[in-house]
Amino acid sequence: MSAPVAGVIRTGTANLASVLAAFARMGAATRVVDRVADLDGIDRLVLPGVGAFGAAMAGLRARNLDRAITDRVQAGAPFLAICLGLQLLAEGSEESPGVTGLGVLPGRARRLPEGVRVPQLGWNTAQWADGSEPFTVWYANSYGLDGGGTGWEPAHTTHGRPFIAALRRPGQLACQFHPELSGETGARLLEAWWAEC
Amino acid sequence: MLSRRVIPCLDTRDGRVVKGVRFEGIRDAGDPVRLATRYQREGADEIVMLDITATIEGRPATRRLVAALRAVLAIPLTVGGGIRNEAEAAALLEDGADKVAVNSAALATPGLIDRLATRFGSQCVTLAIDAARHDGDWQVRRRGGRDATPRGAVAWALEGTQRGAGEVLLTSIDRDGTREGYDLELLRAVTGVVTVPVIASGGARVAEDLVAAIAAGADAVLAASIFHDGDTSVGDVKDQLARHGLEIRR
Repeated sequence: MSAPVAGVIRTGTANLASVLAAFARMGAATRVVDRVADLDGIDRLVLPGVGAFGAAMAGLRARNLDRAITDRVQAGAPFLAICLGLQLLAEGSEESPGVTGLGVLPGRARRLPEGVRVPQLGWNTAQWADGSEPFTVWYANSYGLDGGGTGWEPAHTTHGRPFIAALRRPGQLACQFHPELSGETGARLLEAWWAEC
Repeated sequence: MLSRRVIPCLDTRDGRVVKGVRFEGIRDAGDPVRLATRYQREGADEIVMLDITATIEGRPATRRLVAALRAVLAIPLTVGGGIRNEAEAAALLEDGADKVAVNSAALATPGLIDRLATRFGSQCVTLAIDAARHDGDWQVRRRGGRDATPRGAVAWALEGTQRGAGEVLLTSIDRDGTREGYDLELLRAVTGVVTVPVIASGGARVAEDLVAAIAAGADAVLAASIFHDGDTSVGDVKDQLARHGLEIRR
């Protein structure tokens, strides 16, 4: 069996190099995915963050990658979503009214409330629902999801209101924060996901 | 709870970190990758890299240097200097930036901010404002402080964030490199009108200056000279912020 390779989807809006660099630091092989054909031989899929909801969805649809992602996530294949990548899994977002998301998760991303600085930019905590120790990671978001779907274990954080910090199920991890920018904590999360796939 | 950020700034020219006083008398301050590595190890929350001659030379920030920084950084990197359009921003994000900072081009064409936010989201777009005191107000200057504009800093911060900038990097030219403390009045004026995070920049000398900037409304504090010259370290500064009861990342 050949060594595993993570396919990192080029959305046209993402911080692609940061994601690739994080995997390179842990010695994991990656390939940039521009079109469906690039998915041949890819057993682990990464949907990176950064971007506006509407622009990123349009980029995925234009290259038929939306169906490919949805099929793999629903089949339980190894998958990592980061920041906007998590929100794209939902039905939609207040950021881009009228744009349909991938619909793997129920609900829509809602704007963070007034009374706190939005976007949230910086280091905040996240805590899994199992009550394990909170950990501190880097966020860059103006919108957040209220819940996950069936079968996903949620982690929560708070900025103005509580929202989903991450969702996980075996071999699949979807983070509102940026593990690739979260120093050693983020590296450990990525390594754990890689080992679990 | 969201932590306060301590952000070392790398002003770069010809592949080196440089630093001046009030944007003048630029001197060498070290190797960017070496400094960034050190700051990350000391606990920097982000790194900002500003290519200070990019606009003057009519080009976007140096992609090779962005890539070199990205290879060593597992924390966010904001890149500014000479960004004129979405394609140049996208290229920098593909090379290793996580946020882009716009300044001169946005002053010439404010719609650039709207276009960047529409594509990359507000959280990716930092509006860098270089402001100097002038006739009882703060005048925005462009092209590395060389050119005056008719804009006031407070009004421009409001307009820019309403157009979609998700962060303001607010530099006092009067205080830049002087170690006289941040321009707290400027900070209060801007943080009072915008709803996005504001990074205080220009004038830091000791940790108390950073504490004062946060008290004046800053969400993050940027410094260059004091870190480059070894007056203090990122770790020492964060220790002192914690001693003042401020939330910081350990």
